[in-house]
Amino acid sequence: MAEHAANAPAPLGGRLLTPVTLVLAVLAAVAGVILLYRFFYGLGAVTNLSDGYPWGIWIAYDVVIGSALACGGYAMALLVYIFNRGEYHPLVRPALLASLFGYTLAGASVIFDLGRWWNVWHIFWPGYAQVNSVMFEVAVCITAYIVVMWIEFAPTFFEKFGMRDARRKLSRVLFVFVALGVLLPSMHQSSLGSLLVIFGRQIHPLWQSGWLLPLMYLMTAVLLGFAVVIFESTLASTAFRRSMEADLLARLTRLMVWLLAAYLVVRVADLVVRGALDNAFAFTIEAVMFWLEMAAFVLPLVLLGTQAARRDPSKRFIGAVALMAGGMLLRINGFLVGYQTGDGWHYFPALPELLVTVGLIAFEVLAYIVFVRTLPVLPREAAPAK
Amino acid sequence: MNEACLRESTRAAAAVVDRLGIGRREFLQFCAATAATLGLPAGAEAAIAKAIATKRRPSVIWLHFQECTGCSESLLRAEHPSLDKLILDVISLDYHETLFAAAGHQAEAARRAAMKDNKGKYVLVVEGAIPVRDKGIYCKIGGQTAIDLLKECAADAAAVVAIGSCASWGGMPSTKPNPTGSSGVAEVLGKPVVTIPGCPPNPYNFLASAVHLLTFGKLPEVDALGRPKFAYGRLVHENCERRAHFDAGRFAMAFGDAGHRQGYCLYKLGCKGPETYANCPTIGFGDVGESSWPVAVGHPCIGCTEKGVGFTKAIHEVAVLKNVVPPLSYPRIVEDQGKTSFASAAALAAIAGAAAGGAAMLARNLGRSEAGRQESERPKDK
Amino acid sequence: MDRRKFFRSSLAAGAAALAAGAAAHARENKSVPPQALGLLYDSTLCVGCKACVAACKQANDMPPEFSTQERYWDTPLDLSGKTLNVIKVYRNGTGRRKDEPENGYAFIKKSCMHCVDPSCVSACPVSAMHKDPLTGVVRYDKNACIGCRYCVAACPFGVPRFTYDSALPQISKCQLCSHRWKDGGYAACAEVCPTGATLYGTLVDLKKEAARRRAAKPGTPMVYPRGRLGGPDQDYPGVAARYVDHLYGETEFGGTQMVLLAGVPFEKLGYPDLPPRSDAASSEGLQHALYGGLVMPIAFLGVLSFVARRTVKVDDEQENRHG
Repeated sequence: MAEHAANAPAPLGGRLLTPVTLVLAVLAAVAGVILLYRFFYGLGAVTNLSDGYPWGIWIAYDVVIGSALACGGYAMALLVYIFNRGEYHPLVRPALLASLFGYTLAGASVIFDLGRWWNVWHIFWPGYAQVNSVMFEVAVCITAYIVVMWIEFAPTFFEKFGMRDARRKLSRVLFVFVALGVLLPSMHQSSLGSLLVIFGRQIHPLWQSGWLLPLMYLMTAVLLGFAVVIFESTLASTAFRRSMEADLLARLTRLMVWLLAAYLVVRVADLVVRGALDNAFAFTIEAVMFWLEMAAFVLPLVLLGTQAARRDPSKRFIGAVALMAGGMLLRINGFLVGYQTGDGWHYFPALPELLVTVGLIAFEVLAYIVFVRTLPVLPREAAPAK
Repeated sequence: MNEACLRESTRAAAAVVDRLGIGRREFLQFCAATAATLGLPAGAEAAIAKAIATKRRPSVIWLHFQECTGCSESLLRAEHPSLDKLILDVISLDYHETLFAAAGHQAEAARRAAMKDNKGKYVLVVEGAIPVRDKGIYCKIGGQTAIDLLKECAADAAAVVAIGSCASWGGMPSTKPNPTGSSGVAEVLGKPVVTIPGCPPNPYNFLASAVHLLTFGKLPEVDALGRPKFAYGRLVHENCERRAHFDAGRFAMAFGDAGHRQGYCLYKLGCKGPETYANCPTIGFGDVGESSWPVAVGHPCIGCTEKGVGFTKAIHEVAVLKNVVPPLSYPRIVEDQGKTSFASAAALAAIAGAAAGGAAMLARNLGRSEAGRQESERPKDK
Repeated sequence: MDRRKFFRSSLAAGAAALAAGAAAHARENKSVPPQALGLLYDSTLCVGCKACVAACKQANDMPPEFSTQERYWDTPLDLSGKTLNVIKVYRNGTGRRKDEPENGYAFIKKSCMHCVDPSCVSACPVSAMHKDPLTGVVRYDKNACIGCRYCVAACPFGVPRFTYDSALPQISKCQLCSHRWKDGGYAACAEVCPTGATLYGTLVDLKKEAARRRAAKPGTPMVYPRGRLGGPDQDYPGVAARYVDHLYGETEFGGTQMVLLAGVPFEKLGYPDLPPRSDAASSEGLQHALYGGLVMPIAFLGVLSFVARRTVKVDDEQENRHG
């Protein structure tokens, strides 16, 4: 109990205007200007999107990867509330905050990418909504999850503003939102993989896993969630000069490695069964990207195999980063590298397009910094931070 | 060389000018136009002028069989300086049934005399098809069948030229069911001849061939059907002024419709331009510029210069497109499309590099600080 | 939750995935609508005049597109937001023999295939893509569209296109000139085709016509209908062509309502080799298996709520004590 008391969340405090936040703000502002231009002159004015690559980095990174990287909250909620591993509780709030930003921005960035964004409400409107569409399921679930997350996070605001009554009322029904907060990401993170099913042979055999796609994308989403929690805790401890929840992270890493092994078994078995593995030995950009992806997934397995290694923060950090890279590559490969609608089409994001993505990440990090400094998110330090 | 040649020919030209009663300027213009029709390089007009002025005019025997005399008529109506006069003086027309003042036995005698005098040197021009069914009884001149007459005249000719579609392959009289067995000259003689098909043929194609013979001593280069390549080397479709409409898919769908009035392509009205080799669109008819030819005035080409097309296919029937190769401008199955950006590739590489570098640095520092912490924490743990 | 429980639930999740995989195959391809309309494109008849390209632009009020430096006339390279129909050319070697794969050339039309079980309709989250239940024409409603371009990405034929250069963009695709039906018109591409290479009619009749052409001995005289089957112009004389033994669109992807004949294998003409099962069937089968009737999500939510109720409450009490 004393441990829990020590770990109760509290605002970090400290200055909001630092060189880091300034740079982040400038990057976010640049993205804002580019987006303004996009809304007046169309997608083609700032992106390299074409009919051969109707989905570019804004979908592949901002939405698909962005939401997967924001699965920390989901993964931790799954662990703490569903598998009843209460010891991980201190990790929940920061992870939830990162998820909140990740998802909110993923949702918002969809609007930037939608050509006819003013009609976006049609997705939720009976008569327009087309329930057979994977996109429908993804859009509805992500939107619902964003709302659920804000509700889950509401206690933090209530604490901040001293609304104890509201907090207590919410607490009584919070379990429903926690349950939804696990269900909804399970649904749409798997469905982000299902999006590729309808692309059929337009997806390279190395990534067209058919009905296994939802399972793979779900597993990697949870993996990414764990990896991001490790990544963020490490970064936060360094950046805000806090001590690390070393024991927790080591145990989390162990869990992550097991899940990773399971994922790799599914992934490789699928390739072998479908006879798609031959493609990995051709000298193509797809094969190169495939091996990069596999290397990124296998590296943590190799690196974090022993208990000692899992307790080593540098190895743990590298493992988490590699896993994040693997998850990103799986999605980049599935949605862009492995996508080919016909010969002759090229795509590489335009500079403004890339800057919007960079600006979005910058905005996310900036908002995270502001939130943890002003709201009770990170566990209170037992000893004052140096 | 050209200048010397020109000076010499200028002197010679003066004689021609006197003889023909035309202006010197007109004569030289004619020479230049002929050189252009033949597709000869600059300077050739001088050689032509000199040849016309000085060479002995070749004797020509002109036979008429199953025809309408349209070929001769069109030659007579050529309007480059009084071509009727000129052609009669460029060549020595020793026998021509339509243009001859003589008649009956006199005429036949003149032919025989000319053949005897110019044995092996005269040029035989044949106008009209030769009926071969029933031993050729359907066309007789002076009691002789067309077959016999042709063979007799061709025996000692230096060259045989078939003028018009009828003489070239049978033309209009050979249209199915071809009751008289109309055939072309080459078929009857069993050897290739120079053909100037067309109904009527463009007079300049004949004239230019004749001048070529006079100037260079041989007939111009011909294709597999005996047609001079300078005139029949390209499809009507290739040089057609309405070609742009074809390429853009703009067609007249019926005579007098909006497309027809706007000069759209006549392909769908049955224009045979795409399968007919002739220079009609480039030189035109009637000496009023190249915009006077059937297609220019709104009628589809009937393919009169092409065996198997003219007088064979129905006028409204859509042509087979004899594309040598498809147009280069057409989109290929696979076109390079989409955009990439080097600037952003570089930027992305920089970001990825910075991220990897940052992660590596952080990991190293973590290792150090962790080692330090473990050192300091060890006593506490135990 | 103990270790045994954890493994049990993991196994359950695995079993659910396998069940989903099995059930995903349950959704069959859709069947051909009763009065399916379509096109028959015969590459051997096509002379590459591009009248259909021009007529399509005019009928659909689409702007010209320039791919050359000189902007003389409409020269689209491919289907695009401004082009619903395009004639492409296949060339090989010397490219002199029509409809020959070696040293030959061939023309090919690209426009909407009006799939029997279209990916675009299945992909669209807002019913902006709609397959007419009677005629099977795949129509687009820009007023419903959100511009997500999932249809563009999903179509294996690369048909729906998007106007990226517009602030008010939309999807462009062939709708078989259904807006011209009320005036007695039909697909403009077929209406203007001088040789009958593009033929309009009901799918049943078009397939019969295709079978007739394939049955004829190559080189023998043949009569071809032009415009639309059963229209006024049914006797354009020609010669029976030599085809590759393949009516494209008969089985591909669950069938399409535009079917094609050619003298050159279709893969060389840019028509992909597709399985008989439509991707829409696979995708919807999977979705229905996982979310059909919302049975699995609701059951899952029930289990999650039950578990979370305990854990969250404990957590809440702790928070209150220390908050």
